[in-house]
Amino acid sequence: MIQAIIFTVILAAGIYFFARNVGRIRRNILLGKPLDRNDQPAKRWKTMLRVAFGQSKMTVRPIPAFFHFIIYAGFLIINIEILEIMIDGVAGTHRVFSFLGSLYDFLIAGFEVLALLTIVACVVFLARRNILKLKRFWSREMTSWPRSDANIILFTEIVLMTLFLTMNASDQLLQLRGAEHYKVAGAFPVSSLITPLLEGMSTDGLIGLERFCWWGHIIGIIAFLNYLPYSKHFHIIMAFPNTYYSNLKPKGEFTNLESVTQEVKLMLDPSLPPPPPSDTPMRFGAKDVQDLTWKQLMDSYTCTECGRCTSVCPANITGKLLSPRKIMMDTRDRLAEVGSNIDKNGTFKDDGKTLLNDYIKPEELWACTTCNACTEACPVNIDPLSIIIDMRRFLVMEQSEAPAEWNGMFSKIENNQAPWQFSPADRFNWKNEE
Amino acid sequence: MTLKVRTVQDFISNGESPEILFWVGCASSFDQRAQKITRAIAKILNSCNVSFAVLGTEEVCNGDPAKRAGNEFLFQMQALMNIQTLNGYGITKIVTGCPHCFNTLKNEYPQLGGTYQVIHHSMLLQQLINEGKLKIQGGKFLGKKIVFHDPCYLGRGNDVYEAPRDVIKKLDAELFEAKRHKANALCCGAGGAQIFKESEPGNKEINVERTEEILESKPDYIAVGCPFCITMLSDGVKTLNKEDSVKVLDIAELIEKANDL
Repeated sequence: MIQAIIFTVILAAGIYFFARNVGRIRRNILLGKPLDRNDQPAKRWKTMLRVAFGQSKMTVRPIPAFFHFIIYAGFLIINIEILEIMIDGVAGTHRVFSFLGSLYDFLIAGFEVLALLTIVACVVFLARRNILKLKRFWSREMTSWPRSDANIILFTEIVLMTLFLTMNASDQLLQLRGAEHYKVAGAFPVSSLITPLLEGMSTDGLIGLERFCWWGHIIGIIAFLNYLPYSKHFHIIMAFPNTYYSNLKPKGEFTNLESVTQEVKLMLDPSLPPPPPSDTPMRFGAKDVQDLTWKQLMDSYTCTECGRCTSVCPANITGKLLSPRKIMMDTRDRLAEVGSNIDKNGTFKDDGKTLLNDYIKPEELWACTTCNACTEACPVNIDPLSIIIDMRRFLVMEQSEAPAEWNGMFSKIENNQAPWQFSPADRFNWKNEE
Repeated sequence: MTLKVRTVQDFISNGESPEILFWVGCASSFDQRAQKITRAIAKILNSCNVSFAVLGTEEVCNGDPAKRAGNEFLFQMQALMNIQTLNGYGITKIVTGCPHCFNTLKNEYPQLGGTYQVIHHSMLLQQLINEGKLKIQGGKFLGKKIVFHDPCYLGRGNDVYEAPRDVIKKLDAELFEAKRHKANALCCGAGGAQIFKESEPGNKEINVERTEEILESKPDYIAVGCPFCITMLSDGVKTLNKEDSVKVLDIAELIEKANDL
């Protein structure tokens, strides 16, 4: 009874804090500019099912895809077990789903196999990061926190799965010994391998171990849930909405700034009526996170820093500063900073910092070839390119800080209608020469 | 020798209208190397009796380099000027000689009032082949190895991967793929207005990285579909001193060569 009360309190607190943090992230995302991504719902559901649920873009790299799929399947399926644990915890029951009989045996056996596979996959991933030291996990923006974040996640998952298997092992022995409350239920193909190690323990000792593992497992899960909003691991939730709100247009198509259209139309035809004055000063392009759209901000919370974008970026491959992953990490870091600023001050109080310059340097932005390799590579349809372009727009149109050669190219287009120094009268000369 | 190419103006003043407008683009109009591609496209269209016209001196830069560099003002100025011209002539179908023009006209002009059916020349060549209007004599390329380099704004940008490959397959040559190809292809380094400035500090030029990769399969020809890729990969081949063993040609030039146009 006391256990049930304690459990209910911990569970409620865990859910409350998680909901509060998710609420803050939601508010941060909505600091972005409006953008309509509610069209074509059927296509959006399909994209989400294919890309997030079906992990279709992971398959480009088969080895991590395989191990990632195991952890993903483990996560989804073991949730059924967590449901049982929660009911047991609140109601004070034990293995409440055991009435399912042979189906229950099958489920428990399946969870055990998945738990073991998850441990194997986590060990493989830890090895790839820390022993093989794959390049994309050690590039410039992978400073100590992003590297630790990944290791904490993998290590926690191993601990959780180990607790789960040890819990089953002790439970299984208690069932065999006919201990009170421990009704015979479940099949234990993996934890049976641990039981021989526990056979020497007293029944009270086993009950202690079973309870310790049960509590450790569920408290670990609640703690892990609350770690998510602070971690790159938040992608396990964000991948779904983020792929739903994917850009469904051709990748080559960039947005046309409507504010610019108004001004250009006025320039070409001064007889048009000027647009009504607006209360907020207009800004072309993006200087800080509030200038980006909510989808670009959502992208930043979805990024799990896998680095596939950076590993295919032609600029990054050839040693330039630009890294699309860093663009996303910087956007999220700055957005989190703006969010805490709002939490502290009620509204955003100017802190003298901006995403541009304080986080992202113009040199990074200039190096992009707009080739879309990053957006193609992202397993959850994040679009770093649109952020790069919006920041270029700010630098070029608001600050007139384009590289000198680009300014030259601009004036050639203005003066002779081509990006090179040629006379417009010579444009059709190609038909003559041979 | 002057090619038989008529302007839209010419069609209109004779009371005719062209089936399709050939949007040439700046690089393909002015750059000496790219002009050869433009002539090859015009010759192929003539050989298939396609009724096509160009804007001639009325064409102005479509605005792609300005837009990708962040100068949305300049882009929209160019776009609105072109849309005025195109709409004035009642143009409905456009074929471009450049994936950048293709992408901009197809995707970014509609919102500004210019909606046309836009295709890249590889798509038109594929159509002409499928309709039986373009017959390719493959003999010249028998046994030759050709690698196709996907231009970003044709491939990833607009999901056109098969049209250029289908055309190359008609040449009786062996079509090879670079290690990174189709959706995973590596950029030549020109896009996003990079070709108009020196690259940022790094340890290698992108075009060299890409050329090295393509040369791994020891091709006789590198086939491309973009005047900027032509420049970048030709430079790459030159840097690597492979000019004698490999040629960089547009798919239109391959057909021109195959059919002795």
